[in-house]
Amino acid sequence: MSALSVRLEQSEPIPLAAELTVAAGELLALVGPSGSGKTTILRCIAGLHRPRAGHVRCGETAWFDGTAGIDRPPQARSVGLVFQNYALFPHLTALENVSTALGHLPRKERPARARALLERVHLGGLEERRPAELSGGQQQRVAVARALAREPQVLLLDEPFSAVDQVTRRKLQRELAELRRGLSIPMILVTHDLEEAAMLADRLTLLHRGRTLQTGTPEEVLTRPKDPLVAALVAARNIFAGRILAHDAERGITLLDWHGRRLEAAPAPRFPVDAEVAWTIPPSEVILHRRVQPSRGVAENPVSGAILDLVRLGSLTSVSIRVPGEEQALIMDVPNHVAWRNGLEPGIEIGVSLLAKAIHVMPGSEVRSQNTEVSNSAPLLISDF
Amino acid sequence: MEWGPFLLSLQLAVATTAILIPLAVLAARPLARWRGPSKPVVEAALTLPLVLPPTVLGYYLLVGFGRASPLGRGFEAVFGAPLAFSFEGLVVASLIANIPFAVQPIQRAVEALPREIADAARVSGMTSAAAFWRIELPLIAPGLMTAAVLTFAHTMGEFGVVLMVGGNIPGETRTASIALYDETQIPGGAPGGLAAALLMLSFLSILAVQVLARRRR
Repeated sequence: MSALSVRLEQSEPIPLAAELTVAAGELLALVGPSGSGKTTILRCIAGLHRPRAGHVRCGETAWFDGTAGIDRPPQARSVGLVFQNYALFPHLTALENVSTALGHLPRKERPARARALLERVHLGGLEERRPAELSGGQQQRVAVARALAREPQVLLLDEPFSAVDQVTRRKLQRELAELRRGLSIPMILVTHDLEEAAMLADRLTLLHRGRTLQTGTPEEVLTRPKDPLVAALVAARNIFAGRILAHDAERGITLLDWHGRRLEAAPAPRFPVDAEVAWTIPPSEVILHRRVQPSRGVAENPVSGAILDLVRLGSLTSVSIRVPGEEQALIMDVPNHVAWRNGLEPGIEIGVSLLAKAIHVMPGSEVRSQNTEVSNSAPLLISDF
Repeated sequence: MEWGPFLLSLQLAVATTAILIPLAVLAARPLARWRGPSKPVVEAALTLPLVLPPTVLGYYLLVGFGRASPLGRGFEAVFGAPLAFSFEGLVVASLIANIPFAVQPIQRAVEALPREIADAARVSGMTSAAAFWRIELPLIAPGLMTAAVLTFAHTMGEFGVVLMVGGNIPGETRTASIALYDETQIPGGAPGGLAAALLMLSFLSILAVQVLARRRR
């Protein structure tokens, strides 16, 4: 089985400057806001859209090569594509829908193979139903079975979970995670849902206005964004400006100045001393100091400030803290019981530690996170507590 | 009642429908996907027979079929008989008069097909021919049936164009509506049977179109 390598360039109808490679058996999530070109990239790979330049290669075989003038039609590309709205053939039964993609088999073998594929996506018994007689989740499974029927060399999934309800979505996501373990081909999942991408994908490519900005494991992209733009796109909170003070190679840290505070950060030797930089820390890596009896390890980047407000989101409470000198609030996520046990409420002073290895330094001094600005946010009372 | 003219109309309607519908499919598919600036002009031209007075259309066809035109000369050279005032001439006239009835329902049906359906067929590895026969044709079938019924019914009752192009030759160009007109003009004529037959046929045609429209939903 072979890897997929894609490079696409065009300026119209929507600009593309995309580059991605997917290894055999790997699932890559292509993530970006709507209109960022996710679907167009899939269409280019499938041969449904012709970019101006670039290449689409599966192993050694070129499916598209702008320079060499190669452009294979979709029929000659061996791609399985699950369309966003499934695009099932409405006049054909589930079995017939799957059979349409079995043209490579002798006619006599098709029904049995189609049956086996439907069985594999848990649709045994529903072979004779038409799409209109199936639920959204069942339709999606037919679409997956049809995409796999060709025994494709690449599997493309265009927001396959967007048209179903939450409960069905969770179920289908689990099924995909199971299904992919049996597949040794490159897979691309298009989604605008970061959480879904992080849950299902091996790697994640972030797309913005047709450009692939950063590729890495979901953890990498989400916690160590390449620059403030990526950070904003992955909805990173806690993006602040700072200045490089020094690099300590021995201890493997970089020292930052943050409004006169000295912060120890993850090593970022590529930035020269005195450079103005942006930095970010996930809210889960901000650790609350116990108020009554100070815990050990409080020496790590201690910061104190007053609580602005608390927002409870599921099992976590998001605490915004006003840090003297900083315009934006620092966000800390703690389990609800921790917030409750420590008596956190707006107005009180707390101490926190910013875990050094979680402080990620980025280029650029242009800093905009979604955090509340301290200046125009009055403390909110959460009646939930 | 004399059934000759009615059977002649039936022949004309069957011939027109059988020839026109495949041609209309060929025309409607590219027309549905075409996005050129001159599209409205072409569509207007194809719709023209719908609003043009049948006598005007008949007049131009008559001129076109005559010995003075290349079409008329060519037909006579090949078949040894003139196109005007012949059954063949009626068929050609009917084909032209029925273009809007045949093309429009099929074009609408093609336009209503989601692009993804055609894309899915290609990605599934189907050849264009297989995608047309297995996917597209069954899905536009209701539009096709509507086009066929409208063309058939319209041809059964056509009067003006037929009279201009065909004249009134019994057994050759004397169709049902013309015979009906004749019967009302002669003393002791019996137009009732033909009128009732045409009424019945028209009603059944429209009923068929309605039923098809319901099934499509």
